[in-house]
Amino acid sequence: MAENKEKTFEEAMARLEEIVRALDGGTAGLDDSLGLFEEGITLVKLCNAKLEGAEQKVKLLAKGDDGNLQETDFVGGAK
Amino acid sequence: MGVFDENFGTPEKQGDGAITVTQLNEYIKSKIDGDAFLSRVTVKGEISNFTNHYKTGHFYFTIKDEGSLIKAVMFRSAASKINFVPENGMKIVARGRVSAFVRDGQYQLYCDAMEPDGIGALYFAFEQLKKKLSAEGLFDEARKKPLPKIPTRIGVITSPTGAAIRDIINILGRRFPYAKVILYPALVQGAEAAPSLIAGMNYFNEQRNVDVIIIGRGGGSIEDLWAFNDETLARTVAASAIPTISAVGHETDFTICDFVADRRAPTPSAAAELAVPETHELMHKIDNIIGRMSLLLSRRIESGRQILDFYKTQGIFAYPERMFEDRKMQLLMLGQRLETSMNTKLTADRALLAQRTAKLEALSPLGILSRGYSVAAGADGKVISSVNDVSKGDTFTLRLSDGTLDATVN
Repeated sequence: MAENKEKTFEEAMARLEEIVRALDGGTAGLDDSLGLFEEGITLVKLCNAKLEGAEQKVKLLAKGDDGNLQETDFVGGAK
Repeated sequence: MGVFDENFGTPEKQGDGAITVTQLNEYIKSKIDGDAFLSRVTVKGEISNFTNHYKTGHFYFTIKDEGSLIKAVMFRSAASKINFVPENGMKIVARGRVSAFVRDGQYQLYCDAMEPDGIGALYFAFEQLKKKLSAEGLFDEARKKPLPKIPTRIGVITSPTGAAIRDIINILGRRFPYAKVILYPALVQGAEAAPSLIAGMNYFNEQRNVDVIIIGRGGGSIEDLWAFNDETLARTVAASAIPTISAVGHETDFTICDFVADRRAPTPSAAAELAVPETHELMHKIDNIIGRMSLLLSRRIESGRQILDFYKTQGIFAYPERMFEDRKMQLLMLGQRLETSMNTKLTADRALLAQRTAKLEALSPLGILSRGYSVAAGADGKVISSVNDVSKGDTFTLRLSDGTLDATVN
């Protein structure tokens, strides 16, 4: 698997769950288990880094020129 | 029938000066029907003795207050138009005309419209809708969806200018800024509010662009919150594929929307707290995954070791000499066979040798000597085979079978 692009938080969490399940199932070989463990640790670091650096985004749905709802930055609200 | 004159005159008297009961009641009815005030009257009171005549669809009931009562009837054409089910004890405002029912000598209110009275009316409508939807199973815990543990997109359906959105954004930003908030600006009170809230639910369900929906508003009077008791909104929320948190008004306010939503939050702030995890708690939990993985991995190693230990106690690992025993036995047997066949061969050879030796002995010169012959050999050791080989006085040796004799030629 060529995984050049970084996983999103959701993908990383989903993969983490898979890894824990695979380790829990005990079906993976020992070498594979070690590989999964290493991958898991990388993902944990990635997830935490994403959470650490998060900035809140609030979007307001407003009718665009085509009459469809579009996301616009919401100003106001939070103080 | 010509009983009355056009000016509602008195009934024609019979011979004895009496009139019939029918005539009397018809006279009374005509008097009442001729009264402009009674032809269109609005009256308020409490329903009792309510009968819904299912065959005909007519309602028969009594409207009463503390001091008095009046019989009332609402025919099917009018009864089918009211948007609530009248019940005994319900306070209502009824409109209609008063007339008399000649057969029974009863005057009564013929209602053409009726609505629940004031706050009580809202309360009744609320209770009735609640009962109806509850009977349909829309409030059942079993059909409620679990909220996502880590939603990263949160749809909010509320007023963009209210206190609710401010509170929600504050809490979400503080607890879990990673989640993106998408606000569907909705009207939250007035006649247009319910359609607007429904449109918001439909929008998110069509787009599927959020993981969880918060629908609600800040506190207000029961009338202000009324849109959240709309039946269509209730059904829309119940049918939502996206888990929904309802947060309407304050802690003590309950709306139908709260009952059908997957979770009810007492306030919009509480809804925001319910919706998302707290970032540091979540990070801690994610860190704990390492511990869990380590545990599982060491279990994996341990079970591998146990399997290894088991094999170590099995077969040739436990008794490596077994690997050689068979071969040792084979070797032994081969050795024995080798010995046996060697012996056999030796015996045969020996016999053959003896036989051949005997033959050889029969042909040997020594054998001839033993029959009395002798061999003469000169001093030089050469056999004397002719008299010419010797001269007188030569010494020679005679070999007999059991020794030699020295002799001289004479």
